[in-house]
Amino acid sequence: MHEEPILHVRNLNKQFGKGCIHCFDKRERQLEKNYCPICGTVYACQDVSLDLFPGEILGIVGESGSGKSTMMQCLYFDAPVTSGEVYLNNAELTGQNIFDLSQQKKRYIRNHKYGMVYQNPVNGLKMNFSSIGNIAEKLIAAGNRNVSSMEATGKRLLEHVQIPLFRSKEEPRNFSGGMQQRVQIAKALSNNPPILFLDEVTTGLDLSVQANVLDLIKEIQRKWGISMIVVSHDLAVIRMLADRTMVMLNGAVIEEGLTDQILEDPQQAYTQRLVYSLL
Amino acid sequence: MGYVAVKGGTMAIEASINRLTYDRLKEREIIEVNTIIATMRAMVDQVMSESSLYSPFLAALAIKQAEGSMEEAVFIMRSHRSTLPRLYYSNIIESDSMLVERRISASFKDIPGGQILGATTDYTHRLLDFSLAEETRLKNDQWMKQYMEKIKQEVKEDGEISYLPKVVDYLREEGLFGTYELDNTMPTDITKENLSFPASRSARLQTLTRGQTGAVTALGYASLRGYGQVHPTVGEVRVGKLPIYVEHPNEPEQTAEDSYYIGEIKVSEVESFVPVSIKNEQNEEELDFEIGYGICYGQNETKAIAMSILDQCLEHPEASFPTHDEEFVLLHIDSVEATGFISHLKLPHYVTFQSKLGSIREVKKKGGAQ
Amino acid sequence: MKHTTHFAFFDEGSKKEIRRTTLKAVAIPGYQVPFASREMPIARGWGTGGLQLTLSLIGKEDTLKVIDQGADESVNAVSIKKLVQQTTNVELTNHTEAASIIQSRHRIPEAQLSEEQILVLQVPTPEPLRKVEASEYATKRLHAEEEYSGAWLLLFEQIMKYGKTATGADHPVYVNGRYVMAPSPIPRFDNPKLHASKALTLLGAGREKKIYAVPPYTEVASLAFEDYPFSVESFAGHACHLCGTKDVFLDELVDEETGETYYQCNDTSYCIDRLNSEEPAEVGHYHA
Repeated sequence: MHEEPILHVRNLNKQFGKGCIHCFDKRERQLEKNYCPICGTVYACQDVSLDLFPGEILGIVGESGSGKSTMMQCLYFDAPVTSGEVYLNNAELTGQNIFDLSQQKKRYIRNHKYGMVYQNPVNGLKMNFSSIGNIAEKLIAAGNRNVSSMEATGKRLLEHVQIPLFRSKEEPRNFSGGMQQRVQIAKALSNNPPILFLDEVTTGLDLSVQANVLDLIKEIQRKWGISMIVVSHDLAVIRMLADRTMVMLNGAVIEEGLTDQILEDPQQAYTQRLVYSLL
Repeated sequence: MGYVAVKGGTMAIEASINRLTYDRLKEREIIEVNTIIATMRAMVDQVMSESSLYSPFLAALAIKQAEGSMEEAVFIMRSHRSTLPRLYYSNIIESDSMLVERRISASFKDIPGGQILGATTDYTHRLLDFSLAEETRLKNDQWMKQYMEKIKQEVKEDGEISYLPKVVDYLREEGLFGTYELDNTMPTDITKENLSFPASRSARLQTLTRGQTGAVTALGYASLRGYGQVHPTVGEVRVGKLPIYVEHPNEPEQTAEDSYYIGEIKVSEVESFVPVSIKNEQNEEELDFEIGYGICYGQNETKAIAMSILDQCLEHPEASFPTHDEEFVLLHIDSVEATGFISHLKLPHYVTFQSKLGSIREVKKKGGAQ
Repeated sequence: MKHTTHFAFFDEGSKKEIRRTTLKAVAIPGYQVPFASREMPIARGWGTGGLQLTLSLIGKEDTLKVIDQGADESVNAVSIKKLVQQTTNVELTNHTEAASIIQSRHRIPEAQLSEEQILVLQVPTPEPLRKVEASEYATKRLHAEEEYSGAWLLLFEQIMKYGKTATGADHPVYVNGRYVMAPSPIPRFDNPKLHASKALTLLGAGREKKIYAVPPYTEVASLAFEDYPFSVESFAGHACHLCGTKDVFLDELVDEETGETYYQCNDTSYCIDRLNSEEPAEVGHYHA
């Protein structure tokens, strides 16, 4: 690809714990999975680098504990990083590692450049506010002060994710899991973010509901060309959505490439196991 | 000058205050401040503790003025406190130097220095003592005389002051408690600085110790009963007197001997032992003890124990119970704040009500949204 | 043991601390400055924030007016006045124009204030975001990051539910384009009076231990969406039954005998001034 990446991540590290002389040096450290057996420090993400290109869906697959969700939380500023750099292809932010920005600027990026769909809708929605209010919240945060336009956007998006309009003023806590997830997607899309993060969004949903949500995501990508990072432990989800795929294990990226390539010709033993279990 | 305002409010207040005085005087009885100091010790202690002003005389006077209402007496003491310039901080007190009147440990059958029951209602039977209704000074004097003679025979003075070792020191020697370096950073003074969050431990302890007895007890109880994760064993409860010293303000170089003794305060002090699971250096889970600390003016052991529970709760904000949430605990236990805001609902609110009424009428007129 | 109270109740150290806090509040319009908040001889929640401001500011040459719900003779206003007067001996007044310090609960006087005056408002809940976020730790961060979506969302939800905003008193305002502020429970009718006011407005919350300020000539805008403009309480078609004024905040009263509703100026001293200016000779039933 000759295009500039829209999101450029270099050497993202996230550890839980202080570390000790046995694990400070990343070349020397002897970890059990991602964990220093001596001091108990967890190296959740180790030098994760990635590029996300405009309009593509990048899949990140790995078992629980592989660091994929932690990486996502760091990218969305839900958790502080230990070290690393992220650059956005954006005129105002050129050359700025956005991890170094002030909280206020980070919030600006969250509100204007990013959308996030969490595995658990409780994290992404205010359960005791109306569905349309939830969508408006994101729009308000991005500076909208016009009720009619927000209401119109909200209704259009809710319709798009197949929430009946007569339920738009209902609170999401009354909704089924699949419906809540669709409200979350509508909310994440509301400010037309160039980048959307999806964290295990179909985990825990019935198969038919899963298919429905996956279709929706695919359609959004086709229609609006939003770049997405999709994290899942389920290779079937990744196969359906992702153009390119990264495989994470114990906090590190062990393999990456076009999704078809990885499915047809996995190089690493772990990826091979993953792929064969799918077949 | 044509129209002038009626003095309705002024007149009403005057009449109300007169009525209040009438109610206090109408039975024609006078209680002396000294009588309150001598016979209502628990109440005096509680007022001093909740108002965080140590003066039995002022507390007794406040009780008299408040006609026995705790919230009112504490309130009067607190506002008096505001008028007093605060000129010195006392020297740090090591509570080992307490002149112990009572100390018990629930953790051990016997403790170095012994269990001292002292004066406590714990083992009295709470039956109404009707003889008190006919108490006479003569009978009391007789009882006192006999008691003092008995004491003289049984207790020998040896002239030495000896201090009782703390139960926690015994366990610390065995390595069951962590040892900490002395932290002599100046504590936050919550009467001079606004409580901010996360609060320092010194700010937390100050807030807890001046908390309303009932509120501190209720939250400590909630934690113990199930809405919390602290289930302590009382390591030691002590009641006794602590001497207070201040340094000379203008002498740059001085030793502890140069300090001035300004009096003593009676306190209840509690150290509760709470088993916790921690990781050692080898990253293995180990059981260890942590200490919850409680202290308050006067003899008020229940409050001090409850405080020790809450102290330990607030050291562990990761637990999801409200008793572990420092804003929830610290912002709601102060007597003057809680009683003041609750009682302000008695004030007229007709402007705000009119405003809301207007909004509701408008909404009804529109028939609401679809 | 006799105790004489200090001028204006406080020791000087306490007054200085409150004045320093006040200066900081004036320097950062709309920002809630924490202060230690002394215990007062009147109850927390009964105007101790305002009282502390008044006592820290007042000098022997000041003239004080205190109102509660618009009335000089409301019992709590009287009680506060009495305390200040007993400890300072300053002159008291009902005339808004004559006062150098005006302490008020729930109202801003109808008469326009001047540069020579300070308005002290009593505040029960200084945090405009408390309804969306219970934790002080969190709301402090929201202010720092200028993240006010929560306050707007409350208004949006009201519009969705009721077809219009349904706030009562204490409608939040944007101060100087930076901080969202609780104007204290004044009716929406009074919010516009804060904007570019000639007088300094100080707001004190004793129990919550915060002081904040709107300096003179500061921009104050009530939160409102573009297409649902801010509106004040309407008394259209009603007038004060005593002085006949229409463009003021009115109290709604019921005639005990006829059961009919009638209206009267909420600002009692304004009403009396109006009556006197119109009929200087007449002595009405308001004569004391």
